[in-house]
Amino acid sequence: MSEKVNFTIDGKTLTGEKGRFIVDVAAEQGVYIPTLCHMKGEKPAGSCRICTVKVNGRAMAACTTPLEANMVIENNTPELAELRKVIVELLFVEGNHFCPSCEKSGNCELQAMGYRYQMMVPRFNYNFPYREVDASTPKIYLDRNRCIFCKKCVRAIKDPQGKNIFAFRNRGAHLEINMDLTLAAKMSDEQAKAAMDICPVGAILKKEIGFNVPIGQRKYDKVPIGSEIEKLSK
Amino acid sequence: MSKPIVATTSLAGCFGCHMSILDIDDRILKLIELVEFNKSPVDDIKTFTKQCDIGIIEGGCCNSENVHVLKDFRKNCKILISLGECAIMGGLPALRNGIPVKECIEEAYLHGPTVDGVNTEKVLPNDDELPMILDRVYPCHEIVKIDYFLPGCPPRADLIWNAVAALVTGNEMELPYEVIKFD
Ligand code: SF4
Ligand code: SF4
Ligand code: FES
Repeated sequence: MSEKVNFTIDGKTLTGEKGRFIVDVAAEQGVYIPTLCHMKGEKPAGSCRICTVKVNGRAMAACTTPLEANMVIENNTPELAELRKVIVELLFVEGNHFCPSCEKSGNCELQAMGYRYQMMVPRFNYNFPYREVDASTPKIYLDRNRCIFCKKCVRAIKDPQGKNIFAFRNRGAHLEINMDLTLAAKMSDEQAKAAMDICPVGAILKKEIGFNVPIGQRKYDKVPIGSEIEKLSK
Repeated sequence: MSKPIVATTSLAGCFGCHMSILDIDDRILKLIELVEFNKSPVDDIKTFTKQCDIGIIEGGCCNSENVHVLKDFRKNCKILISLGECAIMGGLPALRNGIPVKECIEEAYLHGPTVDGVNTEKVLPNDDELPMILDRVYPCHEIVKIDYFLPGCPPRADLIWNAVAALVTGNEMELPYEVIKFD
């Protein structure tokens, strides 16, 4: 019963199903809109804003905005690229991102955004906040220095009874990611891997596998993030 | 026309960025045709003997001597480049940022596994000759104005080459995807 509607992205006319999120419809047709907190098929969080596009001239999050007929969407414009770069830079200075010593390096979505938007240096001063690392559970580390508060782990990783293993604590500048130590201790290897994979950065890492892929063979060493989607339209 | 003059230094860095300069391989022959080196570990000139065009800084500022050298570079170079993660954001030395200096020093000289039980007189380095450790490690651009930034740990040799070539020739810099890396 899906209704197909026409819309344009950067002047190109496309057709998609009305009511679905712009970001998903675009991706299926080879138009990459960057995301950090989006999980296809899950209720959107809309927290990172990297997916900001202009819809009929207004800035909107592509992961929370349902498609409607005749939308005129701007995506790949210098203005939006600059805005996304600013978000990336803010995320870098807000936490502690020492890429050279990070096990996620090369496979990290935040870092890959830095590459895609050619961040040579953030325009903001580094915060250097003090954040605790929790390595007390057998399968995973939780390194709060690198968390970008995308909430993916909270939304997607549950124990067999459906209880959250991860949760946020506090608010504003004190917001931090936490885990239920009892539930986290019971995580299987598969679930630990799933948690690591869903985290876009190196805040959740599975123990004892660090740096197992050589430099040059990691996900974003040779190709920019999003090229797997852009390939579809080539 | 006289050749552009280049100076380089390593502050709180590991010399990896300088290794990466050497990693331009045989282009190094072209480089010495294109530029003249002044103060730099490359030719071991210790003090500036003339005004330079390009100053390349590896490492951030972790002590008073780093700050002194960096300011000296700013005074003597028209263009300053932060080369590598440590110059740009403090790098691994900045892992101590957020931990009080006292705690860091005590860990290094009193409690760490390699000194535990050895330094029985509990000596902490405190000679006047030694530069003062700063409260945290500072990115170079928080101390002086920096004109260009070349990320990487170390920055890829091609990134360094492309940057120097662009500055010397006045052409726009080539930035292929593979040369911008933060590790
Ligand atoms: S999480 Fe990503 S951006 Fe942060 S230190 Fe690790 S690789 Fe770098
Ligand atoms: S730990 Fe990772 S997945 Fe969880 S909120 Fe932080 S960045 Fe997102
Ligand atoms: S991906 Fe849309 S707000 Fe994060």
